[in-house]
Parts: sequence; structure tokens; C-alpha cells
Amino acid sequence: MTVMPQAVGGRILTRPFRALAALFGIGAMLILYRLATGLGQVTAMNDGYPWGLWIAFDVVTGTALACGGYSVALLVYILNKGKYHTLVRPAILTSALGYTLAGIGVGLDVGRWWSVWRVPVFIWRWNLDSVLLEVALCIMAYTLVLWIELSPAFLEKAEQVGSPAVIRLASRAKPIVEKVLLWIIALGILLPTMHQSSLGALMLIAGPRLHPLWNTGWLPLLFLLSCLAMGYAAIVFEAVLSSWLFRSVPERRMLAELGQAMVPLAVAYAGLRLYDLAMRGQIGALFALDLYSVMALLEFALMMVGAFILLSDARRARLDHLFRAAMLFMLAGSLYRFDTYLVAFRPGAHWAYFPSVTELLVTVGLISGEIMLYIVIVKVFPILTLEKRHVAYHH
Amino acid sequence: MTRRTAFKLALAGAAATMARPAAAAVPLGAPADAVGLLYDTTKCIGCKACMVACREANGLAPDTGQSGGLHLMPVDLNEKTKTVIKLYRDGDKSSFVKAQCMHCVDPACASACMLGAFKKREFGIVTYDVNFCIGCRYCEVACPYGVPKFEWSKAAPKMVKCELCNHRLAVGKQPACTEVCPRQAVIFGRREDLLREARARLVASPDKYVQKIYGETDGGGTQCLYISHVPFDKIGLPALATDSTPSLQRTIQHSIYKGFAAPVALYGLLGVVMLRNRRSAGDAS
Repeated sequence: MTVMPQAVGGRILTRPFRALAALFGIGAMLILYRLATGLGQVTAMNDGYPWGLWIAFDVVTGTALACGGYSVALLVYILNKGKYHTLVRPAILTSALGYTLAGIGVGLDVGRWWSVWRVPVFIWRWNLDSVLLEVALCIMAYTLVLWIELSPAFLEKAEQVGSPAVIRLASRAKPIVEKVLLWIIALGILLPTMHQSSLGALMLIAGPRLHPLWNTGWLPLLFLLSCLAMGYAAIVFEAVLSSWLFRSVPERRMLAELGQAMVPLAVAYAGLRLYDLAMRGQIGALFALDLYSVMALLEFALMMVGAFILLSDARRARLDHLFRAAMLFMLAGSLYRFDTYLVAFRPGAHWAYFPSVTELLVTVGLISGEIMLYIVIVKVFPILTLEKRHVAYHH
Repeated sequence: MTRRTAFKLALAGAAATMARPAAAAVPLGAPADAVGLLYDTTKCIGCKACMVACREANGLAPDTGQSGGLHLMPVDLNEKTKTVIKLYRDGDKSSFVKAQCMHCVDPACASACMLGAFKKREFGIVTYDVNFCIGCRYCEVACPYGVPKFEWSKAAPKMVKCELCNHRLAVGKQPACTEVCPRQAVIFGRREDLLREARARLVASPDKYVQKIYGETDGGGTQCLYISHVPFDKIGLPALATDSTPSLQRTIQHSIYKGFAAPVALYGLLGVVMLRNRRSAGDAS
């Protein structure tokens, strides 16, 4: 018997939801203020640190944390592990939301936001040397791909509850989507492979201003390996969390196996980094115990502790350990990205940057909006495959 | 070959391309018509006439913030300032230094710019066209000299940087800064002539100068050149390799994306693997 994804159901306007809405409201107002006045009034960015929290977190870290859709698609469609299929929809949903948030983040961060449309349209102006152009086009395309990948969930819902016209439309659209879906999913694997590695290549242009612990030609591959590890971690994190929140029985065996798969990724990432540091004679810098060395050691430590937890069968069988390890992986990968984009970037001693309160509130507001959308979508549309622990309590 | 090994091979291939050394980069020479500046620290008296002339020639509002609104007093290049005279002190030795765009032979800003708002044009001048600027500020991340500046305080911001007064060159004048310099501490000319002049000064006064022309090869070479009586790192000119700043990134990126063959091949491979997976799943049921 196949288990189909179902809408979780239940009340939407819960108290936590209203709190999120308030945070989103504050963020939205600040966003309007920023669009009307410019970046200097809302953010702490400056000519030394032209990229701040919005790029380093909302875009670079956010899309890496949203690599669940990419990682699980690789697993299910390329490595042919069909049993993980129940994880696909929730992973694609978080990815779609994460990438959409990143897109909004970029839209706010660019100074001339009203001209963003020119990037995909002005083909004759494309500078093929620009890594950022590749990243921008790839992320735009992938965001679209993710929502198409998710569209069957919306069409299924429309078939159930829509008016006759909507039902007719949905049942006509569904076979079309199903026919092209394979090639869309293939794009959904190709595009993140391209832009997640290019997000690493992006900072190479900073040259000697990027600290040697991070400045390496291997940045693209390191970013790719770590985003895959983060992707699997995000799936485990999300599965455990939604089983707690929606009181369902989680797929323990499956999550334990995912946890096992995260270990070689962590080892490959850490191994390649150490090998590269050794080749470039930078092992000394790693143990210099200055700010840079401490941050890099922390990145290693977080991922290694996570991998250590996942080494034992007994610990992988326990949800709390899995959850902890997943968090450590997500933290390690996030810190690696923060460091590459902010800490390791050294524009000169007379420059400093720490995000302003308003800048932080915009990010908090956007994340709140993302969580709100997630809650609404899983409650209304068939995304999660949950086995209820108790008798369904909201109906 | 199993699907798994096929995929591993593809990844290994991608990794191998990424590992290709940077030596594959073709060094770019300055364009034949390249013009630029030569600044000599031993001649500059720090009068800042160049700053005033630059501001007037480029229609920039005076930056009077530091002086309490009294007179022109920027601390660095900024959204109102395309050139600035700075003083560096090192013990009892001191030196003025003029900062402005270096007009790199292979500019990192132009390599970074998505729609080519920054472009190296006639005379090798690195120009800016706001119509193709999105305001992403990747140029600021890229420039090793910290030259392009962003209008942080404006709702419709532009990037601001020296374009070697190309609007004046077009009508047969020289840049405002070189025109007004009372000591000819900064002079304008063809890059080749400026290099020759710089070399002559180094030879004529070997004790006075550090025996190096900054910008001849630094960061792949620049069209604005410096000679100095104090070490160049003391006057804020960074130690850069002779490979141009964007060359490593460009080599890696162009190796992976050469002719867009690797992404197309990977896409095809992914599709084929998925089709086979689907067929085998269909057989099983």
C-alpha cells in the first residue's frame, strides 16, 4: 500500500502563528522604509563591508540550509532510493520557501532593486566572466523549478476542493506537469550543483583580502560538499521537528540512515579542507588561535562533533541525538558561509561591520514569514506523510 | 557501469576540472592606447588642489562632514569623493598619497559586474554606466584597492569612482587633477610614456626612491602608476601578485563552464539516469 501525503489540517491562527505574524509585520514595515530611503538608513553595511547579514545569511546561508530538496532529489531520483520518497515533498517545500526568501533578500539588498529584471532579460549585456551573474540566473531559475516541482501538491488539493472549473483545469494541468516533471527535477539537481559551488567561487575574487584559511581554489567543491551535508541535516531536522509539532510517528529507520549518509559528506568536506590547508602551508594559521583560527576550528569542531554523534548505531536510533547532530551540521555549514563572506573578508583595519537592529529585524521578519507560509501550506496542502500518534485532534 | 559509478565519475570529473592550476590564465596586456596617471610621492605637497578640481570637474557635492560643514574634508574615497590625498606617517618618515581608481589592466570590478556596467573602454579607462548597474556591490567586494563606492544614503543609488575624466579627454583636455597639480606630482599620459618617465626618475635618483614602479605588474598591472620614497604598503598600496586579481576565479569558472559543455552533459546524464530508474521501477510493479 502506498502512503500518500496529506494535509495536516487544524487551526491556522494559533498563538505562535500570531506572534510570527507580528514579527513579519515589523520586518515588512522596515522593508518598505528601506525601499523608500536607501540602504544606509536601515543597515550597518558600508564601503568596507558592502555585503552584510542579508547576503551572508538570507542568501548564502539560507539557500544552503534550503538544500534539502537538492539532497533528497539526488537520493531518490539519481541513487534510486525510492523509500525516501515521503521526504521529497516536505524537502521541496522548505527549499522553495528558502530560495524564495533568498530571492526577496537579494531584491532588498541590491541598491537599484527596480532594475533586477534586467539581469535575466538583457541577454546581450551578460558578462560571462561574472560568477554573480551565473549565481543570480541559476537561483532565479531554481526557485521557479522548485515551485513547479511542488505544483502537484497544489493541483491535488485543487482537484479535491475547487469549483468545477478549477477541478477541470487542475486535472488537465496535472498530466502535463507529470510529463515534464522528470526533466524539471533533473534541472532541480543541475542548478543547485552549479550555483551552490559558484557561491563558493564568488568570494575568490576578493583575492588577498580573503583570509588564507578560506581563500582557496577548492571553495566551490567545499561549498558543494557542505551544502549537501546541510541539506540532509535540514531534512532530518525538519522531520524530527514536524513529528514533535504535529504529534506523529517519525520514520526513525529512514532518518537514521540519512544520518549515516551525512558522515562521509562531513569527512570528505573536512578532509579536503585539511588537505588543502596542508598543501598551501596554512596548518599553522589554523592553530594560530587568533580570531580566524578560532572561527575555522569552531567550524571543524561543530561538524566533527555532529559526525561523531552519527557514528554510533545506538545514537542514530534516538531522535534527540539525530536532532542534535542535524543542528550541529547546520550550524557548522552556516558558520563556514558566514566566515567566508564576513569574518574572513578583510577590507582594512579602519572598517567594521555588525548588523544593525533594523537590519536584523528585517531578517527575522522574513524568516517569520517563511515559517508562517510553511505552516499554512502543510496544514492546507498534501505535503507531509504523517502517521498519527494519537487520534487526530483537530478536524 | 552502474548509475552510482556514473554519477561518481561525473563528480570526479567536475573536481578534476576545478583542480586545474591557475597557470592556464592568459596574461592580459594593457591596451595599446592605454593612458593613465603617474603619481610621485616625493613631489606631492598635500595641497589637495586635485581634490577640489576633481569635485568641480565631476559635479560632486563637497564632503564636509568631518569639518563640521566648513570645508572639503573626506577621510577616504566615498560616494562624494573620486580622489583623495591621504597622509601616511611611519616614525619620522611621512608621505602623502593620492587615491583614485587605478584603471587596472584586468579590472576585477569589470570581471565581477553582471551586466557590464563597469567596462574597460577607449584608452583602457574603466567606465561606469548606471543603466546596467543593479547596485549589487560585487564590484566593491572585488576591487583590491577599495575604489568603487556606493551611495548608501540615496534611495536610487549609483556607484561612484574616477573615470579618468573621460568627459574632459573627449574634448581634448587632460584630467582635472593633473591639470591643477602645482608640482606635477601627478601627471597624465600614455601608460608607456609614464612607465618610461618613472623608470628615468628611479635611475636618476636611486637613493630617493624605492626601486619599483607600483602598478607596472602589481595585480596584473594598472594604468595609474606610483613611485615612492616610502614602501608601498605604507601608503596603502597592497602587495598583489602579478596575476590579475580576477584571474584565479576566471580560470576556475571558465574551466568548469567552458562552452557550457559540462552542465549540458551533467543535465543529460541526470535525465538518462532518472529515465532508467523510472523504467526499472515500472518493471518492478
